[in-house]
Amino acid sequence: MIEVKGLVKTYGPKRAVDGVSFSVKRGDILGFLGPNGAGKSTTMKMITGFLRPDAGSATVDGIDVTRDPVAVKGKLGYLPESAPAYPEMTVEEFLGFIAEIRGYREPAARAAQVDRAVQLTHLTPVRKQTIETLSKGFKQRVGFAQALLHDPAALVLDEPTDGLDPNQKNEVRALIKGMAEAKAVILSTHILEEVEAICNRVIIISQGKVVADETPAQMRARKPGARLDEIFRELTRGDL
Amino acid sequence: MRHIVPIFKREFLGYFRSPVAYVFLIAFLFISVSLAFSRYGGFFRAGVAGMDSYFTFFPWLFLFLVPAVGMRLWSEEKRSGTVELLFTLPITTLEAVLGKFLAGWAFLTIAVLASFPMALTVGYLGDPDWGVILTTYLGAVLMAGGYLGVCTLASALTKNQVISFVISLAACAALLFLGFSSFTDTLEGLLPMALADALSNFSFITHFDAFTKGIIDPKDVIFFLSLMGFTLFLNVVVLER
Repeated sequence: MIEVKGLVKTYGPKRAVDGVSFSVKRGDILGFLGPNGAGKSTTMKMITGFLRPDAGSATVDGIDVTRDPVAVKGKLGYLPESAPAYPEMTVEEFLGFIAEIRGYREPAARAAQVDRAVQLTHLTPVRKQTIETLSKGFKQRVGFAQALLHDPAALVLDEPTDGLDPNQKNEVRALIKGMAEAKAVILSTHILEEVEAICNRVIIISQGKVVADETPAQMRARKPGARLDEIFRELTRGDL
Repeated sequence: MRHIVPIFKREFLGYFRSPVAYVFLIAFLFISVSLAFSRYGGFFRAGVAGMDSYFTFFPWLFLFLVPAVGMRLWSEEKRSGTVELLFTLPITTLEAVLGKFLAGWAFLTIAVLASFPMALTVGYLGDPDWGVILTTYLGAVLMAGGYLGVCTLASALTKNQVISFVISLAACAALLFLGFSSFTDTLEGLLPMALADALSNFSFITHFDAFTKGIIDPKDVIFFLSLMGFTLFLNVVVLER
């Protein structure tokens, strides 16, 4: 579903992403792990067509994102880091705007799509509220609703549980797990338990390079008995 | 191009979702009308049934007020991170640029047209040349578009609204002053005559003047349209960089 080959992005003298390659199939939930600044977000921004890669390619469903960015963006759902949204709009207005851009022109079809997303993410109590008045947890869910709205085949989620309380984290994880069967999901995080809880594959990235690509069980087997964060520290030593 | 509609709608209604629109419209009308009534405008004292004394301040008013409308268009999106959301939706940069620009222009058009009670007053008190009033309105709307093109470009350059405002102001001021003889005289001293002459053709004032006299000169219309086209093209380039 998502194929990434040799992605490179350079900021000035620094190589933020240095030849990252991997692929994600339908049904996969890929955990994207790494210290802050390792290149997780930059990689995701290149897959979603927000940044242009300096080298390499990213394809979604066989379409190259640099060749036909609009088609790729139509297939993807993307939750950017910290879930940006227009603060002066109500939840309903905002999702309606996204639905209209996503091609739901008919008011009835648009309303149906917004209703579905609102129900999936439990936003019903706040749907008439402006986004600036919402708590962090609700804002995050609005970002989620926006990414899910068109029922995309591939989801890219940048730190979907960041800043949420433990209950909300659980809820978001359940939500991701619940819809993963028919989708390819990439999620970045720096919470190691999260990866164990929902992902069936882990990629660890350090200084812009992939240093591990395996299942959570394989990662654990690297050093039997050790805690996950010890293994993580060992793999990402270069960033220290 | 069909995605221009939702972008336009969101941006245009966005002005009215915050107090920005109301503060702007009230300030614009209050300042423009009081300038016309002041001793510099002499709206009544002139004893002429026309709107010259009202529109004569427009290039100056726009210098401050259009940057106020245009500064947030891109800076705000960049600062709040919504630009990442917008450009990962299935739209092209051109659609986003046009949708936003047209929304700002439509809003400015409303501000300009909201002065219609002035026109009605003139019509009630005297017998004005309605053709001249119409061409002046057309000129004002086109000039607003020219200013706004410069301001949206400045807004795309930075995520700081204050910087965006100051750049817009400076760029618009340059385009305005090019029309004054004292300024162009200095230029003629510094540059070859032909170049100074060419530069003074880029002024808002020179191109707005004909409209206030009831003349729709194609070269003035083309000036404003091509200024918009050029700044919007640069806007796309800057955003795709």
